[in-house]
Parts: sequence; C-alpha cells; structure tokens
Amino acid sequence: MVKNFTLRALALMFISSFIILSASTIKIGAIVAATGPASFLGDPELKTLQHYVKKINDAGGVNGQMIELIHYDTGASPKKAVTFTKRLINQDKVVAIIGPSTSGETMAILKFVKKAKIPLISMAGAVAIIDPVKPYVFKIVATDRMACEKVMADLKKRNLTNLALISGSGGFGKSMRKQCKAVAPKFGIKIVADETYGKKDSDMTSQLLKIKNNKDVQVVLNPGFGQGPAIVTKNYAQLKIKHPLYQSHGVASKKYIEIAGKSSEGVRVVAPPVVVADKLDDSVANKKVALAYKNEYEKTFNSQVSSFGGHAYDSLYIIVNAIKRAGSTNPMKIRDEIEKTQGFEGVDGVVNLSPTDHLGLDTKTGMIMLEIRNGDWTIVK
Amino acid sequence: MLKKYNINAQIIFLTVVLMIIPFFFENDFYYEIAILSMLNALIVIGLNLLMGYAGQVSLGHGAFAGLGAYISVVLSTTYGLNPLLSIFISVTIMALLSFLISKPILKLKGHYLAMATLGIGIIISIVLEVEEEFTGGSDGMSVDSFVVFGYEFSDSTAWYVLCAVLLVFTIWAFENLINSPFGRLLRSIHDSEKAANSVGIDVSYYKSIVFVISVVIATIAGSLYAFFSGFISPQEASFSHSIELVVMVVLGGLGRVYGALFGAVILTVLPQLLTSFEDYETLVFGCIIIAVMIFMPKGIASLFDNILKKKEQNSASS
Repeated sequence: MVKNFTLRALALMFISSFIILSASTIKIGAIVAATGPASFLGDPELKTLQHYVKKINDAGGVNGQMIELIHYDTGASPKKAVTFTKRLINQDKVVAIIGPSTSGETMAILKFVKKAKIPLISMAGAVAIIDPVKPYVFKIVATDRMACEKVMADLKKRNLTNLALISGSGGFGKSMRKQCKAVAPKFGIKIVADETYGKKDSDMTSQLLKIKNNKDVQVVLNPGFGQGPAIVTKNYAQLKIKHPLYQSHGVASKKYIEIAGKSSEGVRVVAPPVVVADKLDDSVANKKVALAYKNEYEKTFNSQVSSFGGHAYDSLYIIVNAIKRAGSTNPMKIRDEIEKTQGFEGVDGVVNLSPTDHLGLDTKTGMIMLEIRNGDWTIVK
Repeated sequence: MLKKYNINAQIIFLTVVLMIIPFFFENDFYYEIAILSMLNALIVIGLNLLMGYAGQVSLGHGAFAGLGAYISVVLSTTYGLNPLLSIFISVTIMALLSFLISKPILKLKGHYLAMATLGIGIIISIVLEVEEEFTGGSDGMSVDSFVVFGYEFSDSTAWYVLCAVLLVFTIWAFENLINSPFGRLLRSIHDSEKAANSVGIDVSYYKSIVFVISVVIATIAGSLYAFFSGFISPQEASFSHSIELVVMVVLGGLGRVYGALFGAVILTVLPQLLTSFEDYETLVFGCIIIAVMIFMPKGIASLFDNILKKKEQNSASS
C-alpha cells in the first residue's frame, strides 16, 4: 500500500510539473540565486521581479499580452545556472533572460545565450561580462571597478595615497580586491598592505594589527559583504586605529550599521544611490524612480531595501520597454531595442546603452559616497 | 548469482531503452538532462563499486571528479592538447594519485575513512579555488569544445550517443567484474576484512585497486561533463557535489549496478521536475529522499527485487 502511495505521489508530481500555462503570454526567464550563499542577492531580486511582473500584468500587461515570469533558483551554482539556461531556452522558450545573480554563473551561461540568440541582462558585478561587448549580453549593475574608482577618487580628494586592503575571500571580496588593485595606480594610490580573511572568520584582529603596525598605511578599504565587514569595523574601533575606514557597496544596508553599532561612526561606504533614495538631491535624475522603488519594496516586503532588488527592477523594465518599442516578442528585435535604450531612469541610475556600451551606467550616478554619522547615512559631496 | 546470459540480456535491454528514449525527447533540454544523468551515473557506478561492494566510504569523489576534469581542461584549453589525449593524461595522473592516496587512507575504517576522504576532498576544492592562474578561481573557466579525430561534438545527439555507449560499456564491464572472482573477493572484504585476510586475500591491495578504478571513472565522467557544458568551476569539486554522489549511491541502492543508475537518473531529473514547487522545492526534495529511505531502505533498486520475489513466489505456488 505504502509503496503504491509513493509511486502515485511521484506520478502526480511528474504530471503536475508539466501543466503548461496559457500560451499567449510573453515569457521572460529569470535565473536567480534565491537560496544558498548568494541569497542576499537572489532573494530581493526574485521578490522584486515577482512583484513588478504582477504589477505590470495588473495594469494590462505589455502590448496587450501578459508577462509570464519563469524563474529558477540556482543556489549560486554555475552548473545549475547552465542547466536552467538551457531549460529556459529550449523548453520554456523565453524571449529574454534576466540574471544570473553572480558573476561566475553569468560567465558560465554566456556561450549558450549567444548560441540561442536570446538577450540576457545579467545582475552580476564583474566587468568581464560586458567587456568585451557581446551582442546578446547586457548588464546594468555598477561594476566593482566603478566602486573602486569612486573610492580612489575620494581618497585622492582627501590626499590619502597609501591604502591598505583587508578583503573577504569570497567571490565578491576577491573580485573587488582585484579591481581595486588594478585601478589604484590610475589615481596615484599605492597599496601598501593586502590582507584577507575567511568567509566564516569571527575575528580579524590579527590582520588589522598588522595594518596598524604598518607605518605606511594612511587609509583602509574593506571589500566584502555579509558579517565580515561588520566584524572588521568593530575590531577596527577596538584597536583604536586612527586611519579612515572605507567599506564597499557590499555593506550598503542599514543592517551593517545595526550590527557594527557605534564603531561604524565615521566609516565611509561606497553605495548605489537607492539606499539613500530619500536623501538624494532633487537634481539627481533617477531620484523619483529610486525613491518609489525603495518605498514600495519596504512597504510590500517589510524589510530594508538593498541595491540588489533594484538591479532586477531595472533589468525587467528595460526588457519590458524594449518589447513595447519593438511591438514584437521576437528575441532578435527585443535585443535590438534593448541596445537602443536611452535615458532610462532606473533604480541604479540613468542608463544609456549603445552597440559599443552594454553597461551604459554612468559612474557619477551609479555609485555615491556615504558617511555614517549618528547611526545614519550622510551623502558625502 | 547472475548467469552470463542474464547479463547479456540486461545489456541488450538497456541498449534498446537508451535507443528508444530519444524519440520521446521534445527538445534539446531533454538531451541535456539525459546526458547529465548518464555522466552522473558513470561516476556513481564507480563509487558504488567502492562503497557497495568493497564497503569503503568516500566523501571526496566529487573532488576527484573535479580535479580530474580540471586537469583535462587545463591541458586541452590552456595548453592546446588534443582533448582525448588530455583526458588520457588526466586519467593517468589521477590513477597514480589515487593509488598513492589509497595506501594510507584505506587503512582507516568507518568514520575515520570518511573523515580522511572528506579532508582530501576539501583540500582539493580549496586548491582549485585558490590557484587562480590555472583554474580561473571561484568564477571558473570556459572550456574549448570536444574535438576527436577532427569531429567536433557540438550537438546534443552526438553527446547522447557518446555517453550512452560509454554507459552501456561501463555497466557491461562492471557486471562482469562483479560476477568474477574479483567481485566475490570484494564482497568478502565487504562482509569481513578479517575473514578475507585469513583466507589469504591481500585486502589493502584490492581496496586500492577498487579505489583507483572508481577515481578513474570519476575522472573520465567529470572531464566529459566539463567538455559537454563548456564551463568548469571549483563547485564541481565541492563537498556538496561529493555528498550528492554519495546520496545517489545510497538512494539507488548500495551494491547494485542498476541502483547506481536509478539513483543518478532520479537525483538529476527530480530537481528539474520539482521547480514547479517554487519556494518549497528543497523541502519537497528532502521529503522525497526521506520517504524513499524509510520505505525503501535498500534503495530504489530494491523495488525490483520485491517484484522479482513476488513473481518467484507466484510461480512457486502455482
């Protein structure tokens, strides 16, 4: 009996997974890391996509057709990303793909997107995704190189030339460390110390002591995300290191200030504008969009907005606008229209795409410098 | 004990099934899943020989497959060697390496052996992640296409045929191996090492041989997977991949060649079927595995034992 039941249950699941939704929808695929080590990216991305697809459909869809969001969770595994990409292309026959959330996954699927001639807007950070330009691949997320450039420019302004790095050893920290080392010479900045810490380390005192005892160091930058930077910040204050501390866009959420507490006073953080959408100058072109997104996200999901969901918002609307302009769901035509996107005001900034620029985000609008004062963000002019 | 003709009948049946299945494939994605299942099955068959027949646990097989794949990929993509030659070199290196490793670690038993293989697996995956100039670091590297004697394996059908042939051959070889004196010898080690020792079997030597065989198969399958997907990342060698392989063995049925096949196919296909559960995917997946292990503790392959047994009973009673 029991065995029979198991078999029946299996059969039922098999069938239910093949139920096909109505045919006249526009299928947009999404590959996000909603669970696993990169869920801090994938979770807000997926929530945003689902929320706004519903919103678009409630308002009548695009060109009279409803949007169907087909999404798969990769758990940040490039292997799964490849399988799901093939599934989206061959089985689901989507007209465009949003994602994946991480750079490794994106690099893994580029080949298949190219072969299938389906436009892809990646939500990952690495420069390599759009440099060199690939016909079907776009990305509107500010790169880690931009974050580095922003930090370096700020250092130059303050006449600090000797930088110490203390980076997380995860993909994010590693990639940003590499980019920062690459752009530093352009700004006349010397990297005088280069420390790293593990993903699960709970104390960074020894690395920071080395930096403290290094007489050349004038300023410290900490590329990393998650709890690491908060621990670095706390240790930094405990060791009474007097140099200014810079944090990456990986910590640009209120949670960081909550965890690091008082020790975060005076820390500078390079961040995408959406985090402080309400404090932005009215002259900032995308303030309205960013603020509307922030408010809507925080109201709907009852949690702090992060910049990552914003990537999903921008990717979705760039594709939807392209479909509107193309008046067609032909992937080729959608691709052409995505490439013609001009003056798109997104959460991440203003986007101008062209055949030679598949990022199209300006450093000035893409990243801003914040300083933590009295437990809140202040924009550094 | 299986008779010779029985094995041949099974092999013919399997070949026919593998030939018929593609007619039900609606698109390339089905091929993709079939190919992934078969490549996983290859590794799992090898691992099953080690776990199910020789009774040695390995929590590092994902890492061995990953390292083997990386060696093939680096040789062919970075150094421009012929893919077939690079797989051959990789197999040789991995065979030697696993033989060396097997000597000290297979002296361990039970949890200690599991710990040792786990440790080696983690070391391999860390090395692959850190040696960025060779491996591309955590973001992985892309792989050149698989060209053999001027023929480029580019479409799924070609890969399907290649994997199917390899799978049938491997199963045939294993069935014969298991039903040979060597196979009986392995089972004697599995049941009691002391007893095996007392009748003059060089236990540690045979354990090493089995370990090497399973690592070699893992290397071949891992390398082919890398060429097939055109991309490789250290995740291939991660601890979770090793665990996944062990789960395939146990779920399918320890000590059964076809169990390995079922385990691999089901664990490759199931996640794809469960995507419709969205947020509850992992939960449902877990429940299914738990259910299988509760109701079929000897693995899915035991289902067929029961059917066979019933038939025998029926024929006996009638």
